[in-house]
Amino acid sequence: MERIILVGNGMVGYKFCEKLISHPNRDQFDILVFGEENRPAYDRVHLSEYFTLESPDELLMAPRDWYADNGITLRTSEMILSVDTENKKVVTHKNESFEYDHLVIATGSSPFIPTIKGSEKEGIFIYRTIEDLEAIQTYSDKLKAKGRYQSAVLGGGLLGLEAANASKELGMTTHVIEFAGKLMPRQLDQAASDLLQSKIQSIGLKVHLGKNSKEIIGDGETEAIEFTDGTTLAVDMIIISAGIRPRDELARNSGIAVGERGGIVVNNRMETSVPGIYAIGEVALYNQNIYGLVAPGYEMAAVALDQIAGGTKLMSPSIDMSTQLKLVGTEVASFGDPFVESEDAIAIRYENKQRGVYKRINISKDGSRLLGGILVGDSSDYNTLFQLYINGMKLPENAEDLILGQRGAGSKSLLGSVLDLPDTAQICSCEAVSKGAICDAIKSGCCQDLKGVIKHTKASTSCGGCKPMVVDIVKETLKSLGKEVKETICEHFEYSRQELFDLVKLNNTTGYDEALDTFGKGHGCEICKPVMASIFASIFMETANKQVAIQDSNDRFLANIQRNGTYSVVPRVAGGEITPEKLVVLGQVAKKFDLYTKITGGQRIDLFGAQLHELPMIWKELIDAGFESGHAYGKSLRTVKSCVGSTWCRFGLHDSVSFAIRIEERYKGLRSPHKLKGGVSGCIRECAEARGKDFGVIAVEGGWNLYVCGNGGANPKHAILLASQLDDDTCIKYLDRFLIYYIRTAGPLVRTAPWLEKLEGGIEYLKKVVVEDCLGMAAEFEAEMDGLVERYACEWKEAIEDPETLKRFKPFVNTEETDEELVFVPLREQKMPRPW
Amino acid sequence: MEELVNLYQTVQATEVLSWVSVGSVSDFPENAGACIKHKSRQIAVYHFTRTNKWYACQNLCPHKMEMVLSRGLSGDAAGIPKLACPIHKKTFSLEDGSNLNGEEYSIATYPVKIENGIVYIGFAD
Repeated sequence: MERIILVGNGMVGYKFCEKLISHPNRDQFDILVFGEENRPAYDRVHLSEYFTLESPDELLMAPRDWYADNGITLRTSEMILSVDTENKKVVTHKNESFEYDHLVIATGSSPFIPTIKGSEKEGIFIYRTIEDLEAIQTYSDKLKAKGRYQSAVLGGGLLGLEAANASKELGMTTHVIEFAGKLMPRQLDQAASDLLQSKIQSIGLKVHLGKNSKEIIGDGETEAIEFTDGTTLAVDMIIISAGIRPRDELARNSGIAVGERGGIVVNNRMETSVPGIYAIGEVALYNQNIYGLVAPGYEMAAVALDQIAGGTKLMSPSIDMSTQLKLVGTEVASFGDPFVESEDAIAIRYENKQRGVYKRINISKDGSRLLGGILVGDSSDYNTLFQLYINGMKLPENAEDLILGQRGAGSKSLLGSVLDLPDTAQICSCEAVSKGAICDAIKSGCCQDLKGVIKHTKASTSCGGCKPMVVDIVKETLKSLGKEVKETICEHFEYSRQELFDLVKLNNTTGYDEALDTFGKGHGCEICKPVMASIFASIFMETANKQVAIQDSNDRFLANIQRNGTYSVVPRVAGGEITPEKLVVLGQVAKKFDLYTKITGGQRIDLFGAQLHELPMIWKELIDAGFESGHAYGKSLRTVKSCVGSTWCRFGLHDSVSFAIRIEERYKGLRSPHKLKGGVSGCIRECAEARGKDFGVIAVEGGWNLYVCGNGGANPKHAILLASQLDDDTCIKYLDRFLIYYIRTAGPLVRTAPWLEKLEGGIEYLKKVVVEDCLGMAAEFEAEMDGLVERYACEWKEAIEDPETLKRFKPFVNTEETDEELVFVPLREQKMPRPW
Repeated sequence: MEELVNLYQTVQATEVLSWVSVGSVSDFPENAGACIKHKSRQIAVYHFTRTNKWYACQNLCPHKMEMVLSRGLSGDAAGIPKLACPIHKKTFSLEDGSNLNGEEYSIATYPVKIENGIVYIGFAD
């Protein structure tokens, strides 16, 4: 057994461990890992998400147990100070020594702190570890308590912008200060930087370019920065993000060769100047360069491991520095050489300031090869462009199509089929998975579907940027094997919900039995019946009384079944506004039928414990008092929650209650793939929690901002801005289009948030459909909604007026008896079912 | 509780001692369930019109011991007629009462016959 000691437990160190445990020669090695931080390796790439996570553990690459479970000894909070290269020993800061056969140094980097006068003052931070973030948070909390909100980030590069985002998330007014005349100077050209600047300014960040910091001013605490041009900026705290320096002290202390400007020198086997010692990740100086990206670090980990295990794997001769990421909410990508403008290259640029998109590609003069490019605002073409570039593939005749898209009918992917890519094409650069590896996983019979392929190859599990392409390759490979994957809803209908929707519409199918005869088989089941009921309702606005037998149990009885088989009753209280008279009626009905009452989360009143036969009696009284069904039992519009708005609230900008009522009245009874909830807030304090809903409307100066695809529940999602400063009618128009588009295309029981996640092109595409009408169907969507609104009927009113439908509320066919076996127990002056 | 469970035992057509009339065919919904009561038993009755077959089973869901099965959706799984409990969507075969989710508990089924438009359920007591 040979011992490997790994110094450093960051992302690259972790990757080394991960690759080791799945290595065929795993049994020959014993591994000991030292990490100087107190927690196991975590995802630094997504560090700014730290504030939105419930626990810092969510950032961990793997939980602590993972190391022990896989036979890896992990010692955190321990630093290695030196290496005795002769006796093959490392010495910790506690002066303990450990012997090794192979030593891997993965100590990473630290932020570079430029020499600025006054940088010893309080309120100056770096941005690298979770502890750094926690310190930033603590300090900013202290500042905010004193009414001080100004924060500056020194450095407008990739990391600096991440840090700025974190600072903004903390509620600080954040200034980005960059020495160069543009943001992300290593990745972007001026036009791209200008666009990115306007985008991040629009969400409240302030950008100062071409500024050279001279001195930090303040009496003990940071109060301002003075620049070399004589200007000053008042700030209460500063985060420094001016580049990285490799953590090569260990090598320096131990006689291992380092580069002139730092970094442990390695060859293409990741070996340092001392045999048996390797360096990987941001500490390694390869080809005279330090690589601050995850993908090359992972490749180094794989090479070092292979060498240790006796293999012959070598590091690629040139390292690709292409990146695609989301910075402060803006998609940014840069690949190959983003700037070339030599005699042999031509740049093609596309800019649309209105949509906030900039695209640039650099092609060879003869138009045959792609050399590099930049994408800001919309990086959806990145995967395709990157493959064309990295594989040196021949470009189509009109290279501009690459960024403008093929115009005219019948346009298809510019790559042709993803299967045209060479097998060696690297699809996932983080995990080094080639197209061939993905195809083979399926062709060998090892994996049957996308999930299997991802689990087997690990493709798309790191940054996820390549996911769309992985999906395409899996789909196309399955197709080429004649194994087309279909999202069928159940064994009775071999169609997706969307296909069924179209079939019902095209064939004008009016009933479930007809549908089963025409394009289904068998008797149906509890899955397809409610799906079809929802489709019929969405197309014909038929109520649940029309085809009773196919309704889900709750829709069949127009109430929500509870634990003991009794029901709860929820009348509609649009916008949560109710008169005292109606409130009294609810109380009287509850008292008369001995119902447990509770206020719901949607600003309504729920009456629990009604027996089946009591439902029509209860509803008779409610309808007489002017109530309607609240559809709380259906996959349909539930409530549109509102805050009290400008009529009463001293902060309110617009009348949120009136607008919520208008919206709820419009969409009441609308059935959809899943339940739908809405909210309207009268100002940005957002008391209606509208962004936690499928659609949320928030009053701003000049109109309403419309947000879509949020939800609470198990996976809370904030709704995303679809359009801003709308007047009432436009807002309703956009809602009509959005809702119909969702109803037509979503899978069964898929709420708006996961639907949007799966929608190709995401929110940007949804904006195109709803706001820009790129499908040319807006008018049809609106007309469809108008038709549905017109045909609305209260299904409880229908039910109590028709003796035939009333039969279903009779507990027993053969007797007038009711179910006497129900047992309730008392609870705080009301009743509840006996517990299970 | 055990008493309640023991009340429901599957009856084969050959074991029937009394056929109880529970209503006319038109009293029962098509392709959905309804409930009848006979002495202390609640029985769910399902009419599958595509095959014109009738099925009966206990109304008690053995999962949480609630009288609800007649209010669940019916259909088939690979040709086996089944019902789904409205509370947690547990599914049971209407042919032999077996649990189709691979869980332990099952339900009792009862024979049904139709004579002159009247529905009869068979009991063994």
